[in-house]
Parts: sequence; structure tokens; C-alpha cells
Amino acid sequence: MPEEIKAHITGVVFQIPTKQGDKVGAGDPVIVLESMKMEIPVEAPRAGTVREIKVQEGQTVQEGDTVAVLD
Amino acid sequence: MRKVLIANRGEIARRVLRACRRLGLATVAVYSEADTNAPHVRDADEAIMLGPPPARETYLDIERLLHAARRSDADAIHPGYGFLSENWQFAEAVTRAGLTFIGPPAEAVRAMGDKTQARRLMAAAGVPTVAGTPGPIGDVAEAEALGARAGFPLVLKAAGGGGGIGMVRVDKASDLASAFASATRRAQSAFGNAAVYVERYLERPRHVEVQVFADTRGAVVHLHERECSIQRRHQKLIEESPAPNLPPPTKRGLVEAAVAGARAIDYVNAGTMEFLVDEAGGYYFLEMNTRIQVEHPVTEEVTGLDLVVEQLRVAAGEPLSWRQEDIVQRGAAIEVRVYAEDPDKNFLPSPGTITRLVMPAGEGTRVESGVEQGSVVSVHYDPLLFKLITRGASRDEALARMRDALAATVVEGVKTTIPFLRKALEHPDVRRGALHTQMVDQGAFH
Repeated sequence: MPEEIKAHITGVVFQIPTKQGDKVGAGDPVIVLESMKMEIPVEAPRAGTVREIKVQEGQTVQEGDTVAVLD
Repeated sequence: MRKVLIANRGEIARRVLRACRRLGLATVAVYSEADTNAPHVRDADEAIMLGPPPARETYLDIERLLHAARRSDADAIHPGYGFLSENWQFAEAVTRAGLTFIGPPAEAVRAMGDKTQARRLMAAAGVPTVAGTPGPIGDVAEAEALGARAGFPLVLKAAGGGGGIGMVRVDKASDLASAFASATRRAQSAFGNAAVYVERYLERPRHVEVQVFADTRGAVVHLHERECSIQRRHQKLIEESPAPNLPPPTKRGLVEAAVAGARAIDYVNAGTMEFLVDEAGGYYFLEMNTRIQVEHPVTEEVTGLDLVVEQLRVAAGEPLSWRQEDIVQRGAAIEVRVYAEDPDKNFLPSPGTITRLVMPAGEGTRVESGVEQGSVVSVHYDPLLFKLITRGASRDEALARMRDALAATVVEGVKTTIPFLRKALEHPDVRRGALHTQMVDQGAFH
């Protein structure tokens, strides 16, 4: 079952440490947001494979936006 | 000095603007597109737009700031705190452009910016430092030698980073080898630099700092101490002066060490020497901040002196207005920082629009705010909204006034640290002044 990973905060995409096809464990950072001088990881809710990254570095995302999809 | 450009935003830009006005100096604000409607822009005589919202294209862009100074015919730049305030290249570039940098000489900024060099310079000046390796260690034997000499616990820290990331605490010698391997690995992954150094780990230390001030003629004074132990992520939330329950020998030692340290590096203008104080009253140099600090109003309220006006005077080449014996702590003052953060979600940022804002007023209550009702709190900058400062004849009175001030404050539209601050001020350990830097992380206020 694919699962959407949503941003839990409004911020700017600072780093994307994963790419499509990467295996991640529960709690691994899939993307890193920057908001108000803080770097905040958006973590994988469970183990799985990254099916799609939906954002680019430098892009502003709102709280609740889908940033990636997990297989 | 005729006209000052303020290379900053928010409450500190407004604070500096006020000090300039006090001395009859003309003012220039700078701003990003996100700050077009910000109060600091309206407060200034003139304002120059620097560019799009990201700080690196505006408040962190040395060339654009110098260009704005030339365009507006400013002859001095005040950096505030944060942004470029501790960037020695900025201080040097301002001076090289023929302008006055309102702060210390670039060389002092540079020396204190390198944390291991700062430690060496201060140790040479007789300032106590935490026992530790002089630099990064090559193997675990060096950490073992320190443990044998200074005792445990120790802490392994990444030489290339900070903010507590990658720190590993070690309680006994037999754990050192695995801790060294893990700290090296974490330092490499977090900072791209595997170098690790080792220090004695202090249990429940207090953070106590000393405000110093020096002029260009060699006079150095201190303005007493501030207690800043209530922190999260190594950032202060509550500060006060005097530091409660500080043993008199510790106080004397701290202020003498601070003045000696400032003298040793030919310091000029406002600076702060930060120390950790252990449970036995021992004190150890942490770092020096070569700028005005967020919490400077606490010192202003207990001494009755205007630190930012003095910064301008000293930068203009005037001698210090105060002699050491004139600088006295009267009563007590406390400051709280109201950040756009959610204390229930581990202080996650809370950007948004401030839909309602009510500020407190009353005896001994001071507000330093960078926002107003309708302000948009952007993701691009530091989350500090405003600071509340109260003073009283006693610490209890200052605390009571702060509780009233927080009860009267209303912020809607963004989450803030106010609920946390209210809870913290009711805590029995805060009321009796028994503070240490690990209180927030250990959940004392949950």
C-alpha cells in the first residue's frame, strides 16, 4: 500500500537525503525542511521504499503538503 | 558619525533605531521583500529594500549591505545580533569600505569565533576553562589520558560542528572505545568532518555570563552577570540579573575573569563572556559573544544604563561613560523570549499571521517587539517575536510582575512559548532560584 508522507510543518526544502528507490527504515529522514533557522527532518512513518519524491530543494511547502510517497 | 545603517530586522533593529534617535543620528533600515510592512522599516528615517526573502540574499549579503550604505550615504553600520554580527569578514569589509563598524575590531571577532582558539587565548589569560583535550584527538588513548587526569564523566564533541549534535557522554573508561567510534561516525555524517575532541562533562551546570564593555582607549568594565540557564536546544528562553544564589567568591571570580579575558584580546565595545558554573561554584569559560546580546535589557534594567547608546558612543571614539564603581545592580530584572514555536511539539516552529496581539503594560514592565497585529511571521527568519522584561526591588517582585505581564499578553494566529513560560515561572525550583541548563530537556516544566 503506497503511503503519502506529509510535511508536519511549513518550511523550505533544505535537503533531500533520499531518492526514488531508496530503502528507508521507520524514523529515517526522507527530506529535511528548514523553518525559522531550524532544520527539521520529515521522517518515514514506517520502513519501505521511496516511490516518489514530490518536492525540490528550495521549494516552500505548507503543513500537510505531500512531500514523498512510500511504497 | 552622522548616519547609521542597521543591518538587521525585528526587535533588535527597532532597539538600535531608538538608540540612534536618542543621540540625534540619522537612520537607515534595510529589509527583504518579506519584511516590506515590518515595523522596523517604518521606524527608520529611510529604508532600502535588499531583495527576495531568503536571508542569504538580504540580511546575510555583505555586498548588498555595503551597497545600501553607499547609496544612503550612511557612515556607520550596526549589525545587531545574529545574521552577520559575528562574521569577522563583515566587520573587516565595513571598515575597509571606510565605514564605522559598531562593534569590536574584526580581529577580536575572528579570534573568538574559532572556539578552540578562544579557549586557548582565555586559558593563557588565566580564565578557567573546562578540562579537555587542546584539539581533536587522533585515538582513544588521548581520551583515556584525559579521563585519568580529569575524571569522568567526559563528553566527546564534534570539532566541526556545534549545537549539541553528535555529543556523546561517557561515564567510565571501559566505554571510551565504543563512544569514540560512535562520536566519530556521527561527526562525519552530520558535519562531514570526523574530528572529535573531549571535555570533562559537567552535571547540571548553570549558564552564567558577564557583560563587558571596553572603549578604544583601553578602559574595560563589567556590568555584572546574567543567569541564562533555562534553555532549549542551547537557546535561551529566560534570563535574569543578578544570578540567584551565586556564591560571592564565584561572582568575584567571574567578573574578574571576564575583564581579564576582554583585556587579553584588546576588546572594544559590548561583549559577553559566557561561563558554565558547576554545583560547587567552580566556573569555566564557554565562549565569548562579540556583539550585543538578545538579553541585554536585563542588564539595562538592573544597572539603569543604556548599552546600545553606549555602543554608538564608543564606536564614535568616545571614552566609556561609566567608571566601574558607578555600575551597580539595583533590585532584579528578568526577561522572557516569546518565540513563534509550539512548546507542546518540542518547540517546532509555528509560522503564520498574528491575528491578534495584546501587549502588557504596568510598573516595571518593558516590551521589545519586532511584530504587531497583522504581522506575517515568515519561515525565513528566527522565530523571536518579542521579549518581555520586568524589574523589581527584589527577584520575587520582578517574577510576580512577569507572571502578571504574561497573563496579560495575548498572541493569536501562531503558537508561542507563552504557555511554557507561564509554567516555568510557577515551578518551585525557578521560584527559589535553583536552576541548571538541563531543566527543559529533562522535562522539568512539562
